[in-house]
Amino acid sequence: MASINLNTVVKRYGKTEVVHGINLDIAHNEFVVLVGPSGCGKSTTLRMIAGLEDISGGEIRIGDVLVNDLPPRKRNISMVFQNYALYPHMSVRENLGFGLKIAKRPPDEIVRRVDEAADILGLTELMERTPAELSGGQRQRVAMGRAIVRQPGAFLFDEPLSNLDAKLRVQMRTEIKKLHQKVKTTVVYVTHDQVEAMTLADRIVVMKDGHIEQVGTPMEVFNHPVNTFVASFIGSPPMNLVPARIAGGEVVLADDTRLPVPGRLAGRVTDGQEVILGIRPDDMTPVGHGIHDSGEGAMLSLPVELAELLGTETLIYTRLAGQEAQGKMFDPRDVEPGEVLEFRVALDKVHLFDAGTGRSVRLD
Amino acid sequence: MRWRAEKHTPFLLLSPAILTILFVVAIPLAFSLYTSMTPYKLTKPDTINTFVGLRNYVRLFSDDKFWWAFGRTILFLAVALNLEFILGLGIALLINRITWGQRTLRTMMMFPMMFSPILVGFQFKYIFNDNIGILNNALQALGITDGSIAWLVDKPLGMISIITAEVWMSTSVFAILLLAGLFAMPRDPLEAAKVDGCNPWQVFRHITLPFLMPFAFIAMTIRSLDVARAYDIVDVMTGGGPAGRTEVLWTLIARVGYDNSKMGEANAMAYVSTLLSVAFTYYFFTKLVAARRYMGGAE
Ligand SMILES: Nc1ncnc2c1ncn2[C@@H]1O[C@H](COP(=O)(O)OP(=O)(O)OP(=O)(O)O)[C@@H](O)[C@H]1O
Ligand SMILES: [Mg+2]
Repeated sequence: MASINLNTVVKRYGKTEVVHGINLDIAHNEFVVLVGPSGCGKSTTLRMIAGLEDISGGEIRIGDVLVNDLPPRKRNISMVFQNYALYPHMSVRENLGFGLKIAKRPPDEIVRRVDEAADILGLTELMERTPAELSGGQRQRVAMGRAIVRQPGAFLFDEPLSNLDAKLRVQMRTEIKKLHQKVKTTVVYVTHDQVEAMTLADRIVVMKDGHIEQVGTPMEVFNHPVNTFVASFIGSPPMNLVPARIAGGEVVLADDTRLPVPGRLAGRVTDGQEVILGIRPDDMTPVGHGIHDSGEGAMLSLPVELAELLGTETLIYTRLAGQEAQGKMFDPRDVEPGEVLEFRVALDKVHLFDAGTGRSVRLD
Repeated sequence: MRWRAEKHTPFLLLSPAILTILFVVAIPLAFSLYTSMTPYKLTKPDTINTFVGLRNYVRLFSDDKFWWAFGRTILFLAVALNLEFILGLGIALLINRITWGQRTLRTMMMFPMMFSPILVGFQFKYIFNDNIGILNNALQALGITDGSIAWLVDKPLGMISIITAEVWMSTSVFAILLLAGLFAMPRDPLEAAKVDGCNPWQVFRHITLPFLMPFAFIAMTIRSLDVARAYDIVDVMTGGGPAGRTEVLWTLIARVGYDNSKMGEANAMAYVSTLLSVAFTYYFFTKLVAARRYMGGAE
């Protein structure tokens, strides 16, 4: 059991710096998810924590021990790799028990702990098979079993679900969540899937180009994104972002559409400021035609370009001041392309970002 | 009539291969098997018509000289193959580490394979020669020894010299195949092992080595098939002598067959030697098949 602290951690490959001095404190037993687009340095950061990559600058502590110069085996961590990294020449049982065998645990203890982990993960039937004889999902479970058997201070996961099909991915996601509730341990989990991040994390760390953009609980990151990058990255479908200008207490779009500046942001903007208006599709809902209207917020008349029925809701593709935008219909009915709908915008949930810096005006 | 044509097509298409195998392998093999059961002498061609059954084999098996050569051959094989494996593994691991000039080294490593065994034999004959050899020369120049050492004459040294030449010639077979194995080695299990608590030696022992074993078995299989090439080396360096101290099966066969012109007996020995080679090959091949099973679909 351990906390993990990163203090201005830098990673350079030759002359190119790929992680630029990041700071992060992960509490004991916390489930932290590193999320970000491909190439942003998530794996590199995780591998520095694991000790598989040298740290070019800064300090990493695990359980208050400075680990910069410790090899992986002395860091008391387990890691689950994207393509499982099972030992191909060993049976499932040997794979699970390998770490304990290396640690010279007594044989009866190894058997007991391996059986226990196999039981938790439903591997009991597969113990004598080799990895080549397992399905993707089963290999994934063996990889997790191998990690939990050792009862380490922290688990590190690098995109463990990305090689599974959609259905299995959802299933394993829940299993990981349950596992964390059962085996309370610090977890650092890397993914580029924001849904995984939202559902699993106690706290989300959003990364971009080797920087941390925002750290917060899933709700904080979703409801109060600090900049346009986080706003567009977290949430599916992504937030609509439309350039605009502040004039006379109103947000004026390129086509002269006007929305009042939300009350809570009123003091945060100045006349003439270039901004980016952010509206989540969930907060832009058509009214009329028998669909209930809450009666609050501003109205926009927009033409339907395409409607995507998702079951309990319909996603509506439209155009807002020349920009592609999406709205959501929560009480679906058939809509025709070209039809003009009245969208109600929930003003209290609208975001404004400074056009120059991309930062939320809430923070200035 | 169509079904007939279809039935015969595969054989027709394969006929060049079948004919080649027939003439190059099957017929000579059958012929030598037959002659191994006759008292065939090159100087008396008629003797080929006398069938004596297993008499040549019985005579062989009660011949001390044969058993000594047989034992020496096994010793030679065991020592040479193991040394080649260990040295080849070392070379492969070193070259795998190098990032600069790796291609050049890889090519240079193959040079010994390009030499014909006869050349290798001569080369080492001169290196080990007791009067003019560079080895003795070097040892004396460095003041390590004063007298000359009879590398090719002395009892254990003769065998050691021959094994050295053979190892020099064939280690690269192991090195190349093991290097190919190292290149194909997935990085993930190595990292997983490090995280699982292994020190570098344990990673090598528990992960790298098991992964490389199939490649070692391939090399062993190949080597046990063509190890008789070493005949040329032995023949050139010592000719099996002096006084039969370095006599192996292959030199004994040549001596009995050509020098003493007892072709029947020589062929009987050749058959034993072939079976020995097949036994080694089969052994390594089963090991290979067993090892390959788990390499199957695992990433
Ligand atoms: N060995 C290396 N040498 C040089 N640059 C590297 C090396 N490994 C990674 N990089 C660079 O470091 C950056 C971060 O890579 P990293 O693997 O951490 O990305 P990631 O966030 O895990 O992306 P993904 O989601 O695609 O796995 C990338 O720009 C990559 O090109
Ligand atoms: Mg990655």
